[in-house]
Amino acid sequence: MFGNLTLSAIPCDDPIIMGAVAGSILLALAIVALITWLGKWSYLWNEWLTSLDHKRIGVMYLILALVMLLRGLSDAVMMRAQQALAVGSSQGFLPPWHFDQVFSAHGTIMIVFMAMPFIAGLMNIVIPQQIGARDVAFPFLNSLSLWLTVAGALLVMVSLGIGEFSQAGWSGYSPLTEKLYSPGTGVDYWAWAFQIAGIASLLSAINFFVTILRMRAPGMNLMRMPLFTWAVLFTTVLMICSFPVLTVALALLSLDRYLGMHFFSNTAGGNMMAYVNLFWMWGHPEVYIVVLPSFGIFSEVVATFSGKRLFGYKSLVYATGAITILSFGVWLHHFFTMGASPDVNAFFGLTTMVIAVPTGVKIFNWLFTMYRGRVRLTVPMYWTLGFISSFTAGGAAGVLMGEPPADYVIHNSLFLVAHFHTMLITGTLFGLIAGYSYWFPKMTGFRLNELWGKRAFFFWLIGFYLAFGPLYLLGLMGMPRRMWHYSNPAWHPWLLVAAGGTALIVIGTFLLLVQLFVSIRERETALDPTGDPYDGRTLEWATSSPPPIYNFAEIPVVSDIDAFMDLKEKGVAYSRPAQYHDIEIPKNSGAGFLIGVLTFLLGFALIWYIWWLAASSALAILLLVIGRSFNDDIHRIITAPEVERIENERFEKLEAARCGRLAGTNLSFGLGERSKT
Amino acid sequence: MRRRGKGYLFFIGLASLGIAAILGGCSKVVLLHPGGPIGNAERNLIIEAFGLMLIVVIPVIAMALWFPLKYSASNKKAVYAPKWSGSLRLELVFWLVPVAIVAVLGYLAWSKTHQLDPYRPIEKGVRPINVQVVAMDWKWLFIYPDQKIAVVNKLVFPVGVPLSFMITSDTVMNSFFIPQLGSQMYAMAGMVTRLNLKADRPGVYYGQSQAFSGKGYADMSFQARAVSLGEFEGWLEKVGRSPHKLDSLRFKELQKPSTANHVAYFSNVAPGLFDLILRQYAPMGSMSNGKVPATTIDILKSAAGGH
Repeated sequence: MFGNLTLSAIPCDDPIIMGAVAGSILLALAIVALITWLGKWSYLWNEWLTSLDHKRIGVMYLILALVMLLRGLSDAVMMRAQQALAVGSSQGFLPPWHFDQVFSAHGTIMIVFMAMPFIAGLMNIVIPQQIGARDVAFPFLNSLSLWLTVAGALLVMVSLGIGEFSQAGWSGYSPLTEKLYSPGTGVDYWAWAFQIAGIASLLSAINFFVTILRMRAPGMNLMRMPLFTWAVLFTTVLMICSFPVLTVALALLSLDRYLGMHFFSNTAGGNMMAYVNLFWMWGHPEVYIVVLPSFGIFSEVVATFSGKRLFGYKSLVYATGAITILSFGVWLHHFFTMGASPDVNAFFGLTTMVIAVPTGVKIFNWLFTMYRGRVRLTVPMYWTLGFISSFTAGGAAGVLMGEPPADYVIHNSLFLVAHFHTMLITGTLFGLIAGYSYWFPKMTGFRLNELWGKRAFFFWLIGFYLAFGPLYLLGLMGMPRRMWHYSNPAWHPWLLVAAGGTALIVIGTFLLLVQLFVSIRERETALDPTGDPYDGRTLEWATSSPPPIYNFAEIPVVSDIDAFMDLKEKGVAYSRPAQYHDIEIPKNSGAGFLIGVLTFLLGFALIWYIWWLAASSALAILLLVIGRSFNDDIHRIITAPEVERIENERFEKLEAARCGRLAGTNLSFGLGERSKT
Repeated sequence: MRRRGKGYLFFIGLASLGIAAILGGCSKVVLLHPGGPIGNAERNLIIEAFGLMLIVVIPVIAMALWFPLKYSASNKKAVYAPKWSGSLRLELVFWLVPVAIVAVLGYLAWSKTHQLDPYRPIEKGVRPINVQVVAMDWKWLFIYPDQKIAVVNKLVFPVGVPLSFMITSDTVMNSFFIPQLGSQMYAMAGMVTRLNLKADRPGVYYGQSQAFSGKGYADMSFQARAVSLGEFEGWLEKVGRSPHKLDSLRFKELQKPSTANHVAYFSNVAPGLFDLILRQYAPMGSMSNGKVPATTIDILKSAAGGH
């Protein structure tokens, strides 16, 4: 009945795990109780869980990313604490089987369930508005992607209390992940969560690829697309080309584990390096998948807050394109030490260095966007400036490792860990937080608190340097990654510093939550009545904050790169259309949510060999997909009078805001001396 | 704002001084204090490449701090050119400076990768010490095939004589690495990888596994002693007198997973043991005629023949 699942799968004897499980369950119960108490279940179901509105889906993605960020961060804290303690004869507080799960979960969560949903969230909120569209190309697919990602994340969370997570690292190198060496359920949890989230990402990528190519406002030809849109377009290309490789690699591994095949095993002709190659053929493009959207965000933020057109638009586009293509030709630098011939290693070393050229160009373009601008040092700009200097230094470390003989001594050391955290924290995460702060008023209608934002930033930045600076040094001191304990006393002081830095990052994260809380409590003082709080340049600032479900009552016509700035300068940004029309929008659908639930059950059943549940949930998913495909009644109409009512309300607000400003209250934040037409 | 700018610069200056002091002065930064020619060349490459990259990194960091302060919205005296968005001259600089640096780095990469190829013998015509390395759960077995001895978790070799390693694994993937001597190399079951190293000065170096391999990975470290030729001969003799013999029975015992293993010495190592370990996994190892693939045979032959 329950397959391999027995009560002994629950690690009752481990106080750390049981504490985390109890905490999670209590939190979940508290949320359920709160919703019930407020009587919000039908609101939640009708307005959120079944919503096909890209903005709502985006917000739900962000909530998922935030929750998983907290989970991934607690894993990081445990690792740093363990390594700060476990020197010499001390064993620390985590036994190896637990420490190995913690670092495996940390990597998997931060990449697949934090960075990816964060990006998907911002893409959802911004892209349709930025290209002047009313929705994405496939609204239902969008909801399905979200709920599949949630299903994957839930599997990782469940592994905490039922069974175990993988102990083989986030990259899951075979043959360690083979049944012979990892007989438990951990690798299966990792593989299925990863697999499900990978498929969700692929669907999401197809959706946005089509959206950007097919749904741009009239006049917005490719070379007038905002840089964030460009970045996301290239990202979706990367995802569409690389995610199938991951799907295949994980599927072959699962065949090994479930059916005793030998793709990646030690024996019978299996080849571990085949897995490693496949993994990084996805894995290296993935690095750019998580970093390109952030590059797009920095481009938007720098131009807006410098009050200036982006410097070298074409250069930036070509540089992004070059990175996209080159990123498929560098994967072997993840394993220079496998004994390939010097020709092979030198080739991949060269491609790795070449990729630094377009990246360097982008950095210069951002710098020269500030040059001769009027720079407003707002919170998103703080994150951007923190990024530019740290990322350049981290990139230099990366190019260094692109020299194969240098990599021969640095590979798999803490130097490597420090390098890729510099890229992922200052490159990806700083960009995503900048984007979150930048577009927050667009999501909610009010701005985030600046003071708490700056405090959070400084704790993050200083914490980051203290946590990862010592790791570069430790790498040069010969310390490998993934050590649950070590005997070299010379490493210890630096690991203590790193632990201190991690504490500052924890405070920084806490301050981000404080910022959110304070901003919600004091939202009346930071309202964004115009929809354009920063004197923005691109079309997402042409809608109200938050926008109506249809975004644009009348699709704008674009004739410049900075489409909205152009409209403002022509004085037509806020003109009322002569006539309103009916607008067709997608109807809500619960099918995406249900498929998500069923996919979770399918994954859980496969992990525990509960075959009846696996078969029936797979069948139910199939029936739901077929059923949804035959449903033709998927749109609803917002009538012209209704649109007119909503738009009139908006224009009243705009009018009031303008009068308010004339009367001396500066509602529009940080405008500087530029006046709005 | 101005004062803050100076503060930043002061901070950066202090930090780089600190870093230089730590890296230069501390012998515990083992990668910068290598004990042999390979490690030495790799250290020099790291320093050269890093220096070259500072040509870009330093100006970028300076501009990232200077521009937002100079063109701060509060500074009304600075030039403001909201429509200025391109300059062919500047863009050429942005593309060509990185291209030039990458060209130099690329040249370095190509030549050094060939020079420092781990498979390349360090000195032609000199007979190296052959060591067969087997990664096991979770210990290292070092077989000296020419001397017919084997040691667990301890490597002893003479200073100034090239070392030629053949590396494989009897379990999952590991990476064989003695940081102060230079290059690491993956150990993979059913496959043989090669590594050539040399120690220039005597000392006790530490070796470890540099690729995560499961529960006992953190304890897969070993002592690597570089000693004088005389001492080495004495050590060989001592190990040769060890009462423990490494036959297939004893090897099966060794295969059982164990952590934090003590050093163990074996004499009378069964000939072809390394070959047997390989054949457990080699693709054709299970064929009835017992043939192993041509490449493996070639490698074994060349190893048996020595130089």
